Amino acid sequence: MYEVVSKKRLADSVTLLEIQCPAIAAKAKAGQFVIVRQKENSERIPLTLSDWDAESGTITLIFQHAGRSTHELALVEEGETIRDVVGPLGRPTEIEKYGTVVCVGGGIGLAVLRPIARAMKEAGNTVISIIGARDKSLLILKDEMHSASSELHVTTDNGSYGRHGLVSDVLDELIGEGRAIDLVVAIGPVPMMRGISDKTRPHGLKTVVSLDSIMIDGTGMCGGCRVTIGGETKFTCVDGPDFDGHMVDWDELVTRKKMYSEHEKECMALFRAECGGGAGGDE
Amino acid sequence: MSKEIRAREPMPRQSAEERRGNFDEVALGYSKEQAVREAQRCLQCKKKPCVSGCPVEIDIPEFIRLIAEEKFEEAAKEIKKTNALPAICGRVCPQEEQCEQVCVLAKRGQPIAIGRLERFVADWEATHSANAGLCDVTTSPPPKAKLGRVAVVGSGPAGLTAAGELSCLGHEVTVFEALHDPGGVLAYGIPEFRLPRTILHREIEYVKSLGVKIETNAIIGKLYTLQELLSNGYDAIFIGTGAGLPVFMNIPGENLNGIYSANEFLTRVNLMKAYKYPEYPTPVRVGRKVAVVGAGNVAMDAARCSLRLGADEVSIVYRRSRNEMPAREEEIENAEEEGVKFHLLTAPIRFIGDDQGFVNAMECIRMELGEPDDSGRRRPVPMAGSEFIMEVDTVVVAIGQSPNPVVRQSEPGLATTKWGGIIVDEETGATSIPGVYAGGDAVTGAATVITAMGAGRRAAHAIDKYIREKHGASSAASPDGEECLLQR
Ligand SMILES: Cc1cc2nc3c(=O)[nH]c(=O)nc-3n(C[C@H](O)[C@H](O)[C@H](O)COP(=O)(O)OP(=O)(O)OC[C@H]3O[C@@H](n4cnc5c(N)ncnc54)[C@H](O)[C@@H]3O)c2cc1C
Ligand SMILES: Cc1cc2nc3c(=O)[nH]c(=O)nc-3n(C[C@H](O)[C@H](O)[C@H](O)COP(=O)(O)OP(=O)(O)OC[C@H]3O[C@@H](n4cnc5c(N)ncnc54)[C@H](O)[C@@H]3O)c2cc1C
Ligand code: SF4
Ligand code: SF4
Ligand code: FES
Repeated sequence: MYEVVSKKRLADSVTLLEIQCPAIAAKAKAGQFVIVRQKENSERIPLTLSDWDAESGTITLIFQHAGRSTHELALVEEGETIRDVVGPLGRPTEIEKYGTVVCVGGGIGLAVLRPIARAMKEAGNTVISIIGARDKSLLILKDEMHSASSELHVTTDNGSYGRHGLVSDVLDELIGEGRAIDLVVAIGPVPMMRGISDKTRPHGLKTVVSLDSIMIDGTGMCGGCRVTIGGETKFTCVDGPDFDGHMVDWDELVTRKKMYSEHEKECMALFRAECGGGAGGDE
Repeated sequence: MSKEIRAREPMPRQSAEERRGNFDEVALGYSKEQAVREAQRCLQCKKKPCVSGCPVEIDIPEFIRLIAEEKFEEAAKEIKKTNALPAICGRVCPQEEQCEQVCVLAKRGQPIAIGRLERFVADWEATHSANAGLCDVTTSPPPKAKLGRVAVVGSGPAGLTAAGELSCLGHEVTVFEALHDPGGVLAYGIPEFRLPRTILHREIEYVKSLGVKIETNAIIGKLYTLQELLSNGYDAIFIGTGAGLPVFMNIPGENLNGIYSANEFLTRVNLMKAYKYPEYPTPVRVGRKVAVVGAGNVAMDAARCSLRLGADEVSIVYRRSRNEMPAREEEIENAEEEGVKFHLLTAPIRFIGDDQGFVNAMECIRMELGEPDDSGRRRPVPMAGSEFIMEVDTVVVAIGQSPNPVVRQSEPGLATTKWGGIIVDEETGATSIPGVYAGGDAVTGAATVITAMGAGRRAAHAIDKYIREKHGASSAASPDGEECLLQR
């Protein structure tokens, strides 16, 4: 049992939970994740370690209310417990002194990007971050990204905050201006990561992406999270989640993520019927 | 000599018609009368040939004699001297290749149904004995100072056995398990209808009652490394991480939706209880036509689960012939009775998907058997021009598993074979790192529950010796291992 010590609503349908998990907090590294099973009959869902504090022994998870499991998780209150939290899973992001690192993040991807940007900066890199959301109300972790970066650009799809446009527009400009870039880290929805990878490829800019395939165990035991990287099958949970964006078979990833769409809809409908919308604010 | 001629007592089972519609246990177990009748067939051979067929060396004639005398509780205690998981072994041991194969009656008729009797006694104890199969904690002597601390990695049969044994030998034992429930393959792989989870939980509770602590959600190599365990007060480590890494065929289309590894399919169904979806929200997709590739126990389990999840047609696709099928005969028969079809001498060569990326067909090629290969079985050879298309909407790949890589990847000092098996001294289970032992599928590759338990037991005694020598205590103080599980 793992106690929730604090809970915040960061945006419409985005919740932050700080959970007492001293052993994981002592070991966490940027880019790693945990698998959470809220109660006895819950699914196991992967969530990134968005922050951690070895001293207080807590980890921070930030998640979007996507379907039944995340909606249910958003109903857990401070002082209540979560049945299972296992981690830290996955290979940590390779943090080195590259020079200039551009961190591009969209939507909930910022929960994953924040610790990576911070670690890159701590390793002595110049970190240029470009973050975005569809709307101002969905933008999370702006202040945290600000302090994790040497330079921050903010975009919204509808112009409600920062610059009107997409994160990739800003990246285009940086490349166009001839800024020296040694590494790009792109984390967000698949179309965004794919778009960024397509843009950086012709410039030979190494691009790291973080894949979110469907998982169960997270220990390399089931192969459900398999993705094709440069023609080879890899397991996202143990070989990733970071991969070279230029090598990913994106079509396959998109297809595999849809494997259970009917079940997901059904579960969500049942959840709504039971809880009358429950956590709410998800549309 | 009517004793020898009498046939073995048949096992009552759910009818094939009934059972393919539920996940309840197929074999129903002997009644008291049946058990006693079967026990009376035993010749009580002086040389006990059957014992040599049991990797944990249960005194088989002795426990059978106790059954014949209707001393069931004593029979259970006799078994538990060397086997902490009798209700499990009685159900899933391949007895026909072990204890029952060497029973003298096997040559003259039908061997004693040792496994069924073992199961009977364990179940009887659980429902009739005052302490319901657990050691009586209240009357046991106060714990003595522990001799040493041991970390056990993995809670499958190897880990649980090593842990129980070490605890009885006087050590403080913590089992670290990566998943949320203990049991290894017993929890995530073998289906409910062969091993009800209440029985698994009961036997795990028994191991805990011996003083073993189990920490779930603890993935060694990530949460703690072996070196960290050793420098944080553990005198020794036993690695029983199993062979959980699924093997794929690496043929075109294998990552299409609807194609599962057996591990994923069975984990969804058993560990995550997808058969109770949507009460348990983890889904599994079982279409109308399911093909299971492979013919071992794992394949039979996946095929029989598919039937129970509502598939119209379930086929086993296997590249060799019936004689080479590695599954237990009993499981093959069960599968056949339930309606599983067998496409033998057939191998998939590619998968074909629809426009949504879901598998809808599988191209296969027919095989014929050629010269024997390394495994001594005749090698299947593709027959040119025999390709054909099989319509399928779910595929389960059950062609094998190799050892779990997480521990070995985090510990470069741990010597392993090319295929990832941990290299050990066969007698003791000692690895290349002093104080670190290993056993079970992590060493041998996918094998059996009882061989994993045997390895766990042997390693436990070697670890006990290692710790005693390390602490300079005399090993004469060690309680006799044979009596160990009963000692408390
Ligand atoms: C390594 C990793 C790290 C992740 N970190 C985070 C995180 O920090 N914050 C966060 O909000 N989400 C994260 N995710 C995604 C998160 O796991 C899913 O949103 C969650 O499992 C959805 O469960 P559900 O029952 O609520 O939704 P479902 O009903 O299962 O699905 C709802 C929607 O989410 C999509 N979905 C389903 N499963 C996944 C999945 N495993 N990954 C992505 N999308 C999925 C479906 O396609 C569907 O559109 C991560 C995923 C991975 C693999
Ligand atoms: C579907 C199926 C059916 C089978 N049927 C039979 C049968 O009928 N009869 C029979 O005798 N055998 C059968 N077997 C084989 C038998 O189950 C195995 O040989 C046996 O379970 C091996 O035991 P083990 O303890 O070595 O490993 P496992 O049972 O595999 O247990 C290993 C455990 O270690 C955990 N682990 C792995 N890595 C880590 C880590 N880094 N940190 C912490 N924990 C970790 C795993 O999560 C797992 O729980 C079957 C196997 C399968 C898959
Ligand atoms: S444990 Fe297995 S091999 Fe040993 S006696 Fe029981 S059934 Fe036979
Ligand atoms: S070999 Fe068979 S008959 Fe003889 S003691 Fe063992 S079980 Fe009984
Ligand atoms: S989630 Fe099972 S292997 Fe990655």
